Amino acid sequence: MGMSRVKKNPRFAGFYLGLMFFIMYLPIAVVVVFSFNESKLPVAFTGFSTIWYEKLFQNDAMLEALVNSLILGCLSTFISAVIGTMGAVGLSKIRWRSKGAMEYLSILPLMIPEIILGMVLMAFFYMLGLPFGMLTLLIGHTIFCVPYILMEVKARLSGMDPALEEAARDLGATSFRAFLDITLPLCMPAVLSGSLLAFAMSMDDVVITIFINGPRVSTLPVKVYTQIKTGVTPEINALCTIMLGVTLLVLGASALVKRINKTGENADEKQAH
Amino acid sequence: MKQYKHLIKPYIIWAAALIVVPLIMIVLYAFTEEGNSVLTFSFTLENFAKFAESTYVNVIVKSFRLGIFTTVLCLLLGYPLAFIISRCSEKSQAFLILLVTIPEWINMLLRTYAWMNLLSDNGIINNLLEMLGMKPVSMMYTDFSVIVGLVCNFMPFMIIPIYTSLSKMDKSLIEAAYDLGANRFQTFRKVIWKLSIPGVLNGIMMVFLLSVSTFVIPKLLGGGQYMLIGNLIETQFISVGDWNFGSAISMILAVIIILFMRLMKKMDTQEE
Repeated sequence: MGMSRVKKNPRFAGFYLGLMFFIMYLPIAVVVVFSFNESKLPVAFTGFSTIWYEKLFQNDAMLEALVNSLILGCLSTFISAVIGTMGAVGLSKIRWRSKGAMEYLSILPLMIPEIILGMVLMAFFYMLGLPFGMLTLLIGHTIFCVPYILMEVKARLSGMDPALEEAARDLGATSFRAFLDITLPLCMPAVLSGSLLAFAMSMDDVVITIFINGPRVSTLPVKVYTQIKTGVTPEINALCTIMLGVTLLVLGASALVKRINKTGENADEKQAH
Repeated sequence: MKQYKHLIKPYIIWAAALIVVPLIMIVLYAFTEEGNSVLTFSFTLENFAKFAESTYVNVIVKSFRLGIFTTVLCLLLGYPLAFIISRCSEKSQAFLILLVTIPEWINMLLRTYAWMNLLSDNGIINNLLEMLGMKPVSMMYTDFSVIVGLVCNFMPFMIIPIYTSLSKMDKSLIEAAYDLGANRFQTFRKVIWKLSIPGVLNGIMMVFLLSVSTFVIPKLLGGGQYMLIGNLIETQFISVGDWNFGSAISMILAVIIILFMRLMKKMDTQEE
């Protein structure tokens, strides 16, 4: 009875939902539609064309930025995965009094505004005398990649049965073997999903990157940022559409990985019973 | 088991080198005389005294006004949305929440840029207005365009926590309120709103922190002249080169954020 009174205005509720999602998705839809527009002006749709995509792929500076972004994303994710996973495993084993502080520290980079992180890193690298470029970007991007991976792995470890590892040790495995054969494979899905997240963040980052990229090296988002400061172009619409497609693909892939893992786990459980 | 403890070492070295040391450095910079590096440290409060100048006071006031305005708008628009979603069937709830979170995965630049297509002087909205025989309106590079960008970018951060607390709520409490004779308004105010306050506070905190420290959105939708705290920090570091003043601004921003978070936490515990 009570619930029906809450749902008194379903038509209004539906309208409101529709309106809000329309506003949220309209601009993105416009970008996609106008990337296929023949005319240069983003005014009216004059005809279907892929000319802006062709132009984009002839733009060497853009392609170089894309390659930079991909290299940077892969390397910084890999380094972060190693540091983050080791950190999460270590963090789950220590019984120090400073553990609380360590855990706070591990999410601190995600709580500090990016602009402060960027500026802090810039001053730090300058003091060290590191030349601004790929190296500084690589080190800099780990600052937000490590926390994402560490958090995912830590969550996975805390849900893990410690008896599994003990069983392996009881059966004569060295602690190194137990780690390699038991702990690490069990962490792997979390390492993977954390890495995907970190990679996406690295491919997206503008704010930290513009502080530490130096004059010569540019990443794709930075290139986009400097271009769109001057206004709308159909070429950028095309680029944004591609980026959108890639994002959705990565999202779909990570959802798939999670689902496969879940069904795998369920199958294991069923076997165990 | 014990050997695992050593695994944490690379992480500790990384965290110390990239988080702790640089943050300490910035504090030192903020208290160092202009033009000096931290290595030739000479104490001063001058960098903070600069804030008394009206230009900088205005920037901070403007950032705050914009942050508060964005947060309030997100709350007013986002709460009903979260509420409606929480009343849907479980299957559509999952789908609708996915729709809310997908934009968060799309590059922020892209989402901001998308609005430029619509809002610019020769953009789609103005063309529609012209077709309808109305005068075009200049929307880009104004407070309006910046607020549209901020609200649309940060709205999910308001909707998700509110939705979480609303969907966790025990539905029988609402029925109980009705059975006890409360009308719809009373039920909302005394039961639903009260129980969703933790989510609301979380949302307010997220949106306010994001919008007060933003810098890309005002730069793109507000133009080069649009100055907020974030833009001020960037200009001090990249264009002006006064790192000491830039550090002082960052410190003030950090202090504001910490104070704000404590205030939110206090309100949260008081509610309980």
